[in-house]
Amino acid sequence: MTAQHTPTHAIDMSSVLQGRTTHDEQTEVCIKVENLQLFYGQKQALHSINMEMPKKKVTAYIGPSGCGKSTLLRCINRMNDLVDNVTIEGQILLDNENIYDKSVNVAALRRRVGMVFQKPNPFPKSIFENVCYGLRIQGINDKRILEETVENALRGAALWDEVKDRLHDNALGLSGGQQQRLVIARAIAIEPEVLLLDEPASALDPISTLKIEELINELKEKYTIVIVTHNMQQAARVSDYTAFMYMGELIEMGATSQLFTKPVKKQTEDYITGRYG
Amino acid sequence: MMKLWFKSGAPWIWLNAAAVSVCLIMVVGVLGLIVARGIGHFWPGQVIQFTYQDEGQVKTIIGEHVDSSITPAAMAKSSGITMADTEETLVQYLVKTGNRDVTGGDFRWIQERQIKSQEAPANLVVVERREWGNFYGELAAVKENGQVIASGQEAWVVLQSKIAGVLALYHDIAHLEKKEVGAINYALEQLRLEQKSLQLKNRWDDSQEKRLNDKKAALDVDYKQYQAQLAALYQQIRRDSLVAKTQDGAEVEISLSKVVRVYQPNTMSFFDKAVHYGAKLFEFLTDDPREANTEGGIFPAIFGTVMMVMMMSVIVTPFGVVAAVYLREYAKQGFTTRLIRIAVNNLAGVPSIVYGVFGLGFFVYILGGNIDRLFYPESAPAPVFGTPGLLWASITLALLTLPVVIVSTEEGLARIPKAIREGSLALGATKLETLWRTVLPMASPAMMTGLILAVARAAGEVAPLMLVGVVKLAPTLPLDGNYPFLHLDRKFMHLGFHIYDVGFQSPNVEAARPLVYATSLLLVLVIIGLNLAAILIRNHLREKYRALEG
Repeated sequence: MTAQHTPTHAIDMSSVLQGRTTHDEQTEVCIKVENLQLFYGQKQALHSINMEMPKKKVTAYIGPSGCGKSTLLRCINRMNDLVDNVTIEGQILLDNENIYDKSVNVAALRRRVGMVFQKPNPFPKSIFENVCYGLRIQGINDKRILEETVENALRGAALWDEVKDRLHDNALGLSGGQQQRLVIARAIAIEPEVLLLDEPASALDPISTLKIEELINELKEKYTIVIVTHNMQQAARVSDYTAFMYMGELIEMGATSQLFTKPVKKQTEDYITGRYG
Repeated sequence: MMKLWFKSGAPWIWLNAAAVSVCLIMVVGVLGLIVARGIGHFWPGQVIQFTYQDEGQVKTIIGEHVDSSITPAAMAKSSGITMADTEETLVQYLVKTGNRDVTGGDFRWIQERQIKSQEAPANLVVVERREWGNFYGELAAVKENGQVIASGQEAWVVLQSKIAGVLALYHDIAHLEKKEVGAINYALEQLRLEQKSLQLKNRWDDSQEKRLNDKKAALDVDYKQYQAQLAALYQQIRRDSLVAKTQDGAEVEISLSKVVRVYQPNTMSFFDKAVHYGAKLFEFLTDDPREANTEGGIFPAIFGTVMMVMMMSVIVTPFGVVAAVYLREYAKQGFTTRLIRIAVNNLAGVPSIVYGVFGLGFFVYILGGNIDRLFYPESAPAPVFGTPGLLWASITLALLTLPVVIVSTEEGLARIPKAIREGSLALGATKLETLWRTVLPMASPAMMTGLILAVARAAGEVAPLMLVGVVKLAPTLPLDGNYPFLHLDRKFMHLGFHIYDVGFQSPNVEAARPLVYATSLLLVLVIIGLNLAAILIRNHLREKYRALEG
């Protein structure tokens, strides 16, 4: 299985990155996926994925439903470990360290790679406790530090002004869009290096979506962001690089402007122009 | 037409509604009966003087009309009662005549047709006694040191003033005997055990002997002092007595120390009766039982029931939750876990008496016996834990209710959205941290549901308790002022067993019957109270951890 796919779908990242010399020359690679294969039982869900994601840029995964983009995203913080019967081969390098190495502490890895899910999933606790959850896990209980971090994180997620007067109310009382920003605040409170966003706006109304997209633009100054979206306009608006996936394979990856205007592969063009998917 | 009606589904809806109605009627009926019979018991009834003719003689009896029965003539004839041909039924009254010490029984049946007259004379008194049940009759005189100090009309007034003082004395005596002397006895017993323990360990020497003897001497001094106080009090309380006439005109002398209360029900106003009712109810709820449990209160049984249920909750909750967490969160789902789940579910179906037998055999004899051998050698041959007691009863019931807690906790854990767990894990929490900080609190309403079901079952359970710790009359509560305060080895009383005992094992079934209703009512109320408390906690938790909708 492995041998079949490896050569065909490997994407030469260096050429991709070189193709984007117009701005940001010093694109440093943050995450490198090497020959990643994933099986759910006998069924192969990811076929020999090879890609590189640059630091402090937004990379978007697009593709039709079930193409494996979320699965790939969840490999980056080892969320797939939780699924029964899953086998993962190959490696993912985060700052040149293989995160699938036996010596890696998964909890510590997830502290470095934050994640925001499709549906907002705040804990049934107060807004304040939601944001400092990650800190409390790390044993930080100093009230001053917590308050400071909560404020910074909420400001970072553009939510502070809306909730500063009701920090101790239940987070479930917030609107969907606010909840999603709260979840982002919760993720950035522990200052990760990478932020994984799994269709973060798919359950939200257009105005909340717009706010999230603006937020992503601000966040990329500090974090490497990987976003999964089924909305091509969104990918075009927010991302610097885009990867198109189809049937568990990475078809094409490139600078967003290039991929949407002059796709190299026919499949990509078909998808972008709406011929399938 | 009919076919159409059947097709419309209306009959099906009617059937369901009918089933619900039948259930409701039954529940309301049972509760109504218990409430009606239980609540009325403490209301003072009129004392009636019946004059009736029996075999040519005119007799009087005094008592409360408790019940009536109607027997068909044929049946009455077959039991040897001569009936005129014109009479179709025989009506009989059950009269509570009291005076067990004089007549040998508390109740009499009399035939309505023999009754000549019924009156309710104002001067009839009811004397509630600590022994021999109620006395019904006329007050004749009040005596002090055997000398009549008041008689006739005046006696009632004098008696009223005396009774209050005597009751206060009685209270003092009870307090002294139970609390102070009880504590000394307990301390002496501890000293004896210490001595024996030291002797067993071969560390008994002169210095130890002197130390213990000094302690004993100090306690003896206290004891002597209390004895003297008690003797004085007893002399005082025995000084006064009352003389009363029974229905036959015989005079009976009753020491006031044996009197709980005296009243003249026929002269009491509604308000007086209400006060009397309140006092009786208070006594019922807070006092110890008397007279083979047919009189007095049932406080030890209430206390024992609540205590046992709480102990059981404390034991069953952690066990059930830990087991459920392992089964749901850690164990690899497969054949083995399925087998364990089936076993757990089947445990819920095992008859409770089997748990009782198991508890007696395993907990009491094997575990308790070994604990005694290892830790309480000085008590031998008297068992400490090797005999039924509160601890073993609680553990047995915890075992009995474990399946409910496991099943509901598992369901609660399964209902926590995956998104919440992932959210926590994605923030760098380990599985244990996620469980502890998020999943378990969110599943706590489900745990409470399990606990509510467990409490409901355990509080009403009697059969296994009869084997592992409940007794008819426990001399001491499992919680008292003597170190270590909570005595898990003690036997205790239980409302459910109390109902069985009073209702069906009592020498005086007629007298006890209203108490059975009152006790049943109380048991239902206690269970409702325990459940309500648990439900309130659950609702609070639910509100707090309201899970994500959808």
